[in-house]
Amino acid sequence: MVKLAEWRGKELFRTYGVPLPRGKVVRSPGEARAAIEDGEVPVPAVVKAQVLAGGRGKGGAVRFATTAEEAESAAAAILGLEFKGEKVKELLIEEKLALQRELYVALALDRSRRVPLLMVSAQGGVEIEGVGEEAILRIPVHPFAGLAAYERRAAIAALGLSGPTARSADQLLGALWDLFNREDAELVEINPLAVVGDGVVALDAKVIIEDDATFRHPQYADLRDDRTPLEEIAREKEIAFVQLDGDIGVIANGAGLTMATLDVLKEFGGDPGVFLDLGGTDDPKKVTEAFLLMAEAHPRAVFLNIFGGVTRCDTVARGLVDARRQIPETERFPLVARIRGNNEAEGLAILRAAGVTAQNDLKEAVRAVVAAARAPANAAGTPR
Amino acid sequence: MSVLVNADTRVVVQGITGHQGTVHTVQMKAFGTKVVAGVTPGKGGGEVEGVPVFNSVAEAVERTGANASVIFVPAPFAKDAYLEAVDAGIRLTVAVTEHIPFHDMLTMYHYGRLHGAKLIGPNCPGIASPGKAKVGIIPNVVFRPGRVGVISRSGTLTYEIVNGIKEAGLGQSTCIGLGGDPVVGTSFVDALPWFEADEETDLVVLVGEIGGTAEEEAAEFIQRKLSKPVVAYVAGRSAPPGKRMGHAGAIIARGRGTAESKLTALQNAGAEVAKFPYEIPGMVAERLARLPRR
Repeated sequence: MVKLAEWRGKELFRTYGVPLPRGKVVRSPGEARAAIEDGEVPVPAVVKAQVLAGGRGKGGAVRFATTAEEAESAAAAILGLEFKGEKVKELLIEEKLALQRELYVALALDRSRRVPLLMVSAQGGVEIEGVGEEAILRIPVHPFAGLAAYERRAAIAALGLSGPTARSADQLLGALWDLFNREDAELVEINPLAVVGDGVVALDAKVIIEDDATFRHPQYADLRDDRTPLEEIAREKEIAFVQLDGDIGVIANGAGLTMATLDVLKEFGGDPGVFLDLGGTDDPKKVTEAFLLMAEAHPRAVFLNIFGGVTRCDTVARGLVDARRQIPETERFPLVARIRGNNEAEGLAILRAAGVTAQNDLKEAVRAVVAAARAPANAAGTPR
Repeated sequence: MSVLVNADTRVVVQGITGHQGTVHTVQMKAFGTKVVAGVTPGKGGGEVEGVPVFNSVAEAVERTGANASVIFVPAPFAKDAYLEAVDAGIRLTVAVTEHIPFHDMLTMYHYGRLHGAKLIGPNCPGIASPGKAKVGIIPNVVFRPGRVGVISRSGTLTYEIVNGIKEAGLGQSTCIGLGGDPVVGTSFVDALPWFEADEETDLVVLVGEIGGTAEEEAAEFIQRKLSKPVVAYVAGRSAPPGKRMGHAGAIIARGRGTAESKLTALQNAGAEVAKFPYEIPGMVAERLARLPRR
């Protein structure tokens, strides 16, 4: 997921011809003041923190200004705030429009039907999850036919628009469709879409670009998502790595097996802190790399669960032992491994010889790692 | 009879000259699969592990009578590879490739459907019927011919479960790994009717995971139309919302796609739900023992 900040989403909107309020991205109170003084942004204006998390209005990350001085002090108040764990570094300062109505429009993926789904509601400006099903129109769009005129008419009727406003909305829907497809978007959402005078204007922009499509759109590849720094490093190394709230690191091969391992761990009283999916690899170098990455998350204990199908247990074991040697004695954490399948006996022997608790029974291994994480003598690991 | 593959399956490997393509060509042959051709554009005329390589799927089909394909080509070229296979008359394709953009998958899925072609995957281990054929990468060692059908969204977890079934003294009729992407060519509701119709399957093991509503839809089908017993497992009970858990499709988004929702739906539909993967073989054996003798 590459989540675009509002201003980046709006830049995209602009290139596709979606109507927007006049606005400017600023990075200091002085710039906010100048944007008003120079007449780039008319007053009254709204000053919005450019963070990825939702709920900015309620969270104090959106303020209003009627003068350049107010814009400056609003910017000073918001910049540097930590909003849901994200530091505010950029602001979008925009004219505050006199709006008649607030609507909702989005394009997303319908996984079951395997088509893009257009969603519209006349009840915009509030969280869409809180809007009743009967107030949302969902139109599955066939990817070969594209968003047809009759489908746009149905959407516009559901939004309650007519005349020139309907024509404005029709253009907007066409633009969103083009953007969704050409930019490989997972989600394009406008909430609220405002009715202003005779037209519609996008007051917000939520655009998510699909990770897997960045080979076609290198401009998105370097944009940071809401990943943690370690998750970001893992992404570069092509390791599936998710940080959780607990203190036991889990390494397994395959997403399903890793998830199942977390479930078993939790059931036996453990608290997973890291999800690390090695994937189909048995390259000892990759295993070493993954293990060292895990070490940086400072788990109290680590659990390794491998099923060797294509993967060979002995090569995974070798990579693991090698990685463990690279961690200073004082920072080592208890390691419990459960391996099954291809070359299981050799893998167990390698691990045991290196002092790792290793077995082929999942329940027993999970009990062992939970006990190790709880042991008061374990001072090596520090909880995050 | 088995599901989708049998002794008449003749496989063309798309991307045979790559590492994965070559490794798994050997494995598929060792399984007993008729791997009749490989395709790598520009490398036609050669041979990989005794399998002739062609420049196009059409040529491979014409010269070898291939009727199924498996795709190992890198993600940016996978859509093209599938469209080419469909146009060459291939009606069953397994896409092993991971990281295919879902917009490409939408085109692939609907193009195949238009031509009556079936697509398993992407990002999947494929399909195997022990004693008959394997199209994909599921390890050979986990199989033993038998009467348990397996449909799963995961890879390694499936191998472990299938292996567990073997170690419990049972065997499998056909095993399909559907893949971990948000858009898949074949979902549970597509595959369940095949197993219902398959005379060699007595029971279906369904392995799901968080994300989407495929398990809920499967539950509806099980309740209304499936006469065979189902043992189900869903991975990801402890997964937090908003995070992709290894698979592109394994994400709880806006409150949808939780393990609880899926488990409840499957249970209400009459499936026997395993709490842990290692319970599955025992539950299968127990359920099979209760079946009336044929």
